Amino acid sequence: MERVFKNFKKYRYLLFELTKKNIKLKYRRSYLGILWTLLEPILTTVVLTLVFSSLRKKSDTTFPVYILTGRLLYSLFSQATKQAMKSIRSNSGMIKKVYVPKYIYPLSDVLSNYIIFLISMLVLFGAMFVFKVYPTKYIFNAFIPLILLLVLCLGMGLILATLAVFFRDMEYLWSVVLMLIMYTAAIFYDASTVPAQWIFNFNPIYHIIVNFRNSVYGSPLDINALMISVGYSFASLIIGIILFYRKQDKFILNI
Amino acid sequence: MSKEVIKVDNIGMRFNLMEKKVDNLKEYFIKLLKNEIRYQEFWALKDISFKVNKGDRLGILGLNGAGKSTLLKIIAGVLKASEGELQIKGKIVPLLELGAGFDPQYTGVENIYLYGAVLGYPKEFINDKYNEIVEFSELGDFINVPVKNYSSGMKARLGFSIATIMDPEILILDEVLSVGDAKFRKKSEKRILDMFERGVTVLFVSHSIEQIRRICSRAIILDKGILVADGPVENVCTLYEEKYVETEKILKKAKKKKKKKKAAVQETGEVTVKEALKEEVNEDIKEEVIEKVTEEVKESVN
Repeated sequence: MERVFKNFKKYRYLLFELTKKNIKLKYRRSYLGILWTLLEPILTTVVLTLVFSSLRKKSDTTFPVYILTGRLLYSLFSQATKQAMKSIRSNSGMIKKVYVPKYIYPLSDVLSNYIIFLISMLVLFGAMFVFKVYPTKYIFNAFIPLILLLVLCLGMGLILATLAVFFRDMEYLWSVVLMLIMYTAAIFYDASTVPAQWIFNFNPIYHIIVNFRNSVYGSPLDINALMISVGYSFASLIIGIILFYRKQDKFILNI
Repeated sequence: MSKEVIKVDNIGMRFNLMEKKVDNLKEYFIKLLKNEIRYQEFWALKDISFKVNKGDRLGILGLNGAGKSTLLKIIAGVLKASEGELQIKGKIVPLLELGAGFDPQYTGVENIYLYGAVLGYPKEFINDKYNEIVEFSELGDFINVPVKNYSSGMKARLGFSIATIMDPEILILDEVLSVGDAKFRKKSEKRILDMFERGVTVLFVSHSIEQIRRICSRAIILDKGILVADGPVENVCTLYEEKYVETEKILKKAKKKKKKKKAAVQETGEVTVKEALKEEVNEDIKEEVIEKVTEEVKESVN
């Protein structure tokens, strides 16, 4: 254990460099560059609002904020897990030549996506003021679901990265699973209108979104949702660490 | 001076060669259900034990596929041995395929920091050495250009400059002493020789016995994953020449007859080869030829 920490200390600069690289290269060849982190959620929210507000019976002026809270969290989850899943294979050149603790790669992918996500939170702040959802003292609770989401992304990232090394199919399978997660996460509809409530229990990010929305809309955390999301996040992290740790020496033989 | 820096103890490396490569879930489960997953064991290394003291310059000899690269990868920490123990004291810098860790979209400057971080250097250290690296690589203004636009020589120069900037305790060289043009090669050789003087421990793989004789103080021979000889460089090299190069010469002669038929096609190549063999000066070309011939012979046998 002590050795792991010592090693991490030695390579934390590499973690920083890789995270920086991911962020820098993401928008390098685009004209608007880092502005896309703000533009992208604005544009998708506009589209989703136009499409789904016509399907809703009751009119709700804060609907864009509702969509944005779900959409931002979901897109972090999907981007971070997708990228972490491919991290071992896309860095195979490096892994085959130099010794580097391998968890650095999925970790840096999750972290860089998280940083981009935090920047795009500015859009949510803007939207809250435009649509008059003013923050209350409960807004400070928001950091709890946000940290749980980071833990969940890390755990799922480690699990998927390990599986994807041995089975390339995971990359295709996961995008289907992600679609399922998106539609059952109540991003652009009201969860209470769904008759089959049990379905939300199988969604790893739904309860995180619920508590994040509670914090934004000025109500206390839902304890039941909190318990479930803590369960999902830490279970995936523990499984991820064990799986990754046990299989990492075999990665090189399969990439 | 006789401090042990590398201790290889009964190292073995097993590869499972699946008879048919399975890398998708469907096939895997079908084969699992049918109980058809069989592995063919292949030992790339078996019971390798040796010690390297500080300041030793160890040459590793062996034919193609003898396990030289596998051994280096295990020592560098890239591969984990299936058996045995490995103890290493000190910082290892592997000079294998220079520039492989670069990101093509990044500029030279950014890659210096990235590659430095990959090798485990802290940021302050790279800051200190930054000018020295740029100067040594002779890239000039190209340092601000994305690496994807570099020539392979430029990439190798930059890689070499970064990797050798720090004084490593253990240096792993895999036939990389031929980087860039003649001028840079001289410079890089000088840098490596300077390191030798400071007492760096070297592991060196080469097919050129000449180079091994020049650089190393000790040598080992690997044959199909087994350590067959270990001793002072002169003795081991002579043994290697007798045992392996001679047998290859016989193979080569047999092949040469065959080759004459092809001579019309490869006229120019054949001429240089013949000259080199006659004079027996250019050890490198000879080695290359021997390699080629053995491969061809093996192919024709199969």
